[in-house]
Amino acid sequence: MRFAAFLLLLVALDAHAGSADDGKAAFIRHGCYECHGFAGQGGVGKRLAPEPMAFEAFSAIVRNSTNAMPPYQKAILSDADLASIYAYLRSIPKAPDYTSIPLLNQ
Amino acid sequence: MARKNPRVKLERRKFLTGAVAAGAASALSPAARPATSQEAPRAPSALPPSAQVAAAETGIPAALAQSRIKGVPGSDFMVDVIKTLDIKYLPSNCASSFRGIHESLIDYGGNRMPEFLSCMHEESAVGMAHGYFKAAGKPLLTLCHGTVGLQHASMAIYNAYCDHVPVIVVGGNDLDAARRPPGVPTIHSAQDINALVRDFTKWDDTPVSLQHFAQSFVRAYKIAMTPPYGPVMLSLDGGLQQEPIHPREGEKLYIPRYVPTAPPQADSGAVKEAARLLAGAQNPVIVADRAARTANGMSLLVQLAELLQARVVDQGGRMNFPNTHYLRAGPAVVASGDVILGLELTDFWGTVNAFTDNGEDGIGQNSARLKPGTRLISISSSETPSKSNYQNFQRFQSVDVSMDGDAEATLPALIEALKAALSSSHQDAIRKRGEAARKAHAQARARAREEAAVAWDASPISTARLVMETFAHIKDLDWSLVGADSPGFMWPHRLWPMEKHHQWLGRSGGYGVGYGAPASIGAALANRDLGRFSVSFQPDGDLMYAPGVLWTAARHKIPLLAVMHNNRGYHQELMHVQRMANFRNRVCNIGNDIGPVGTAIQNPDIEYHKLAQSMGWWAKGPIKDPAELGPALKEAVAVVKSGQPALLNTWTQPR
Repeated sequence: MRFAAFLLLLVALDAHAGSADDGKAAFIRHGCYECHGFAGQGGVGKRLAPEPMAFEAFSAIVRNSTNAMPPYQKAILSDADLASIYAYLRSIPKAPDYTSIPLLNQ
Repeated sequence: MARKNPRVKLERRKFLTGAVAAGAASALSPAARPATSQEAPRAPSALPPSAQVAAAETGIPAALAQSRIKGVPGSDFMVDVIKTLDIKYLPSNCASSFRGIHESLIDYGGNRMPEFLSCMHEESAVGMAHGYFKAAGKPLLTLCHGTVGLQHASMAIYNAYCDHVPVIVVGGNDLDAARRPPGVPTIHSAQDINALVRDFTKWDDTPVSLQHFAQSFVRAYKIAMTPPYGPVMLSLDGGLQQEPIHPREGEKLYIPRYVPTAPPQADSGAVKEAARLLAGAQNPVIVADRAARTANGMSLLVQLAELLQARVVDQGGRMNFPNTHYLRAGPAVVASGDVILGLELTDFWGTVNAFTDNGEDGIGQNSARLKPGTRLISISSSETPSKSNYQNFQRFQSVDVSMDGDAEATLPALIEALKAALSSSHQDAIRKRGEAARKAHAQARARAREEAAVAWDASPISTARLVMETFAHIKDLDWSLVGADSPGFMWPHRLWPMEKHHQWLGRSGGYGVGYGAPASIGAALANRDLGRFSVSFQPDGDLMYAPGVLWTAARHKIPLLAVMHNNRGYHQELMHVQRMANFRNRVCNIGNDIGPVGTAIQNPDIEYHKLAQSMGWWAKGPIKDPAELGPALKEAVAVVKSGQPALLNTWTQPR
């Protein structure tokens, strides 16, 4: 039982263990930037970063989306790439407060 | 080749003026009269022609008698007809099939009212006329070669048709197979050139006499300018243009007087029923697409919304409702309505339903957005289409009160009916709706700015930053956003305060890509004459359909600030291909680009600034660092203020 729990923990950790650099490349290669922007800021698609949703929810949407985004199954987006993409999104720094940007307060 | 004697023009004009004055219903505009003091006073139209005029009708002016064409060319009379309708410009790509009227316009007509604008593509010419109308409220005339030229023009005509914009299209054609020149002119002739565009023009005709032309041109203008507006088409025979006028015995050519047709107003009983439903609603919602044809339409819509304290969704076909008004809302608010009033909607079904392109077997899924029992009201001048081939009428949506009438023309009656239907018992609910709307509007405003701040310093430049850097340089001017035609490019609407009718002109109508550049330049031409500053966000793909329109802008000194939304791809299509690959569980082939093969515009990158410079524009780029954008905009705005067009090649995020 303890060993099984340890394995589950390893799997969960692995899901978050992608490389942000690899993830940025995968984010572009798989066309995520198209709707979500190169920095995950959103556009036609939802904002993904900074502070992305929990990995489990993120993964579920990517794999099984029935909304506007087409699903990305494992055959076209590996678990490793998915984890790297998530790592990239997590690496994106928090946006400045808009009240500190003069152009957004014209 | 010897130049013609100016006196010849004068005498010819006298002849035609006299001929027209003799007609039963003639009325020449001041523009149609000679601009010289030597002209004899015009006889009132009610009087019979003088002996001099009567002689002129059957005789040939002396100077013209020496010409190869023994008489007054028919196309001179056509120019007189055109001049009665106050058409300021004629964007066109020159062609042999309308050489007769072309020569008459520039030599007999003095190249004024209309002024010929040199275009390099018929699609550009119609696109310019499309944009011009939306800024000026007046239609333009364009001439095109009857077959190949009209084929070029056809997509732009379709856009105008879908967008309810009047354009007077005249195509040259040579009908007489026995007399027309062989070779290319014959290849470029057809039995019925209008057939090519008949499915997406309001009306067309093929005049076979000059009097027929006069009637048809005025009729075409009248039909085009009656809401719902739309393009019209006339086929103009080469022989009719070039041959001398041969009036039949006793016939006097005349120009029918143009009297505008009042826009159709909805049935009064239906208006009262609509008012009753709206007055009794708990949460009425107004949705407008091409409702405000004029600035007055905006004012009326504000009155209606404030009377009800109803939230308004502006779908952006026109500038319908100020986005600074607390009643302005996003499309999601439709789901909370119990009575929805749709005003000139392109797609009522799509307004109250959702389509998700992600269903089983590659087929999309439909779902309703509305609560059960929601009542729907429609006022539309185009809900009952008169054409059936092209599917711009969208899916069929049943509504509870359906009114065939122009929304703007009907709003005064609806407002009065609503005032009568509202009682003191409604006031508390109305007040509460207003309070909720103010709160929601303030939240939406803050949310838009929070979202704009994300990726603020990104390179390529975020589209939010692009529009706000631009706004900083134009906000104190009487600006007009004449183009922002990329799908999903909504930041100006979310961040710029838009309160005037000319601050947003709507999109292409038919989604025919290639509209943005010519329509922006056409609108900028109108704004130049009206003293406004024109700005566009120019998509890269759109510009490359017919970039020659840049030369037209420089040639005719049309000031426009074009800030490029250069995202280096056809991003709508990019996602379609990606979607297909995902549905089929296949890795999408992106080759060496950043999008699926066939959707990227890179390798090599197009140097749009050099393209624009080569055609006489001030231009700069590529600008990838957002910090470089402000100084470049400052320079570009100064150029545009001096009366020249300027383009910034800015590399941006996709959307």
